[in-house]
Amino acid sequence: MDQLQFLTWVRGPGLNLALLVFVLGVLWRLIEIYGLGRKTDLSAPRHVPGASGWATIARRSLPAPGLLKSSPVTYIGGYIFHVGLAVVVFLFAPHVALVDALVGVTWPALPSQVIDFATVVTMVAMVAVLVDRHVKWAKRFLSTFGDWFAWLLTFLPLLTGWLAVQHLLLPYTLMLALHILSVELLLVCLPFTKLFHAFTSFGSRWFNGTMNGHKGVPV
Amino acid sequence: MSASLDKGVRVLKEMIDAPIASYFSSCVHCGICAEACLFYTETSDPKFTPIHKVEPMRRIWQQEYTLLGRLAKLVGLAKPVTDEELGKWKELVYDSCTFCGRCSAVCPVGNDIVYMVRKMREGMSAAGHAPEGLKGAVTRTINIGSPMGVKLPAVKAQMKHVEADYGIPIPLDQEGAEYLVTLSSMEIINFPEYLGAIAKIMRHVGKTWTLSSEAFEATNAGMQIGNSDLARVIVARVVAGAEKLKVKTVISPECGHAYTALRWEGANLIGRPFTFKVQHIVEVLDEFRAAGLLKTEGMETDRLSFHDPCQLARRGGVIQPQRNLMKMVAKEFVEMPEAGYMNWCCGGGGGASSIEEGEYLRIEAFQVKKRQLDAVKPDRLVTACANCRIVLEEGLEHYKMNLPVVGLTETIAEHIPDPE
Ligand code: SF4
Ligand code: SF4
Repeated sequence: MDQLQFLTWVRGPGLNLALLVFVLGVLWRLIEIYGLGRKTDLSAPRHVPGASGWATIARRSLPAPGLLKSSPVTYIGGYIFHVGLAVVVFLFAPHVALVDALVGVTWPALPSQVIDFATVVTMVAMVAVLVDRHVKWAKRFLSTFGDWFAWLLTFLPLLTGWLAVQHLLLPYTLMLALHILSVELLLVCLPFTKLFHAFTSFGSRWFNGTMNGHKGVPV
Repeated sequence: MSASLDKGVRVLKEMIDAPIASYFSSCVHCGICAEACLFYTETSDPKFTPIHKVEPMRRIWQQEYTLLGRLAKLVGLAKPVTDEELGKWKELVYDSCTFCGRCSAVCPVGNDIVYMVRKMREGMSAAGHAPEGLKGAVTRTINIGSPMGVKLPAVKAQMKHVEADYGIPIPLDQEGAEYLVTLSSMEIINFPEYLGAIAKIMRHVGKTWTLSSEAFEATNAGMQIGNSDLARVIVARVVAGAEKLKVKTVISPECGHAYTALRWEGANLIGRPFTFKVQHIVEVLDEFRAAGLLKTEGMETDRLSFHDPCQLARRGGVIQPQRNLMKMVAKEFVEMPEAGYMNWCCGGGGGASSIEEGEYLRIEAFQVKKRQLDAVKPDRLVTACANCRIVLEEGLEHYKMNLPVVGLTETIAEHIPDPE
């Protein structure tokens, strides 16, 4: 298989396969988790404005009072890399074009210099949170292979994408193929790793918000 | 597998519901919950990280309820939960968790970790790994009627004392009274002033109330140890007493966990909604205030601060009423940093105060309370939980801080004018 055949494969059958595993995996996991259900709360509710699942979904995007100071890298690094990822994934012109080609929906993209910059910033933030994982006690203590692996799964598409655009290290065709492959790897693994929090954190916030909201506590 | 371990694992399996599965799936190991937990911040020992306290439960979830985990178990790659492991976790699930809920208030992905610890205790106690102190408290509650072994005659003796001291009759088993007043053993033994304060306030506002000979004890060690069957038996006594006397409202005493047990867990334990209302005494007093019934006179002139019991404030949603009441009687009311919703625990909630071997941890954890207090330097500390009060007193004594701790209800009662 030469570089072009490799690229053709990852763009065609490879992508289809990855998307299939991703979609089925996400559905399976959602059913596996939320299918367990929960008991209804029989205690008399207390109604307080802002104490609800939906409010908590929004509220938990901000640092809890006093915690920014004790976990600055986690919060600031976390914000930068989550926002950075979203910008790079959804606002890079070739990505927008890909979505357009796949499902026929389009939106304006950002100039490539901006995306370049965002990519580098995102990667720096990711390295910072990785270092923080190593030096911060509680975080290091909690860390398992899954944490390092999930980091790598997220970092590789950024790195290969950036290298491809910059025409660095490897021929463009090969680097682009590796970039797409790394994204496919991410898609395949996402439902089965901690990256699945991309879906469940909404459910978790909602449960926490609803159950404590029942008590009139806006958590 | 030993029979008790088998039972523990089975119970843990039963405990896992959609919220718990969602929480485990969401955790990103960010460690932020650790920074919110007084047992981590004051010891810097990472094993006290809240989400780590439920690690055995996570593995059971993974091995029983996830595709990959089940596959791993099938081919022998999963690490089973052992008796020895649960034994080691006792310190994490009981001694170093007060159900304070700060972790649940901060987790960025939204995990309600204390909800998980509460469920984890069900499995721990089923597996026989609950602390002796709590086992004793539960046994005494089931067999004698109260965790401290207080029986009805002791309550009656105290009623007599209070009647003599205050000159106000204390009603017992009065059918049709509006309020059923319940007590915590701690109040019966250590803080008789609570009952006197209630009598004085009820006379002042002109409300009918009663104690019950079968439902005087409001605390629930069954909930603390994590045994819903026993917790149900205990709460059912209060329900039976309240329904027999046909009261409109049951007043939970100055006790945090009794409030959670009655107000939030009670109906779920007995499997039906209550036919009466449950209110913490602080809520009742604030209602009297709002209705213009509670009229105090005079002010405390020393510097007062208020310690929010976790189960009342963060876990119970009662934050403003105690402040309204404090302002009625305190000229100088100072708030500690992070008071209210994010207040730091006294270190002995959730049954932890009855665990002897956990004492050193409580003392360590108290340093955060000390910092909070040092920041505002009150002359006296007011609270609304007899358990907090005892734990605070122990901590203050250990750190040689000369700071009296008093109950809010009695503080209010001191400012009730005598009837003409
Ligand atoms: S704060 Fe939440 S996501 Fe972070 S380690 Fe604790 S439980 Fe996991
Ligand atoms: S409930 Fe409180 S004591 Fe228990 S783990 Fe959470 S923060 Fe720590």
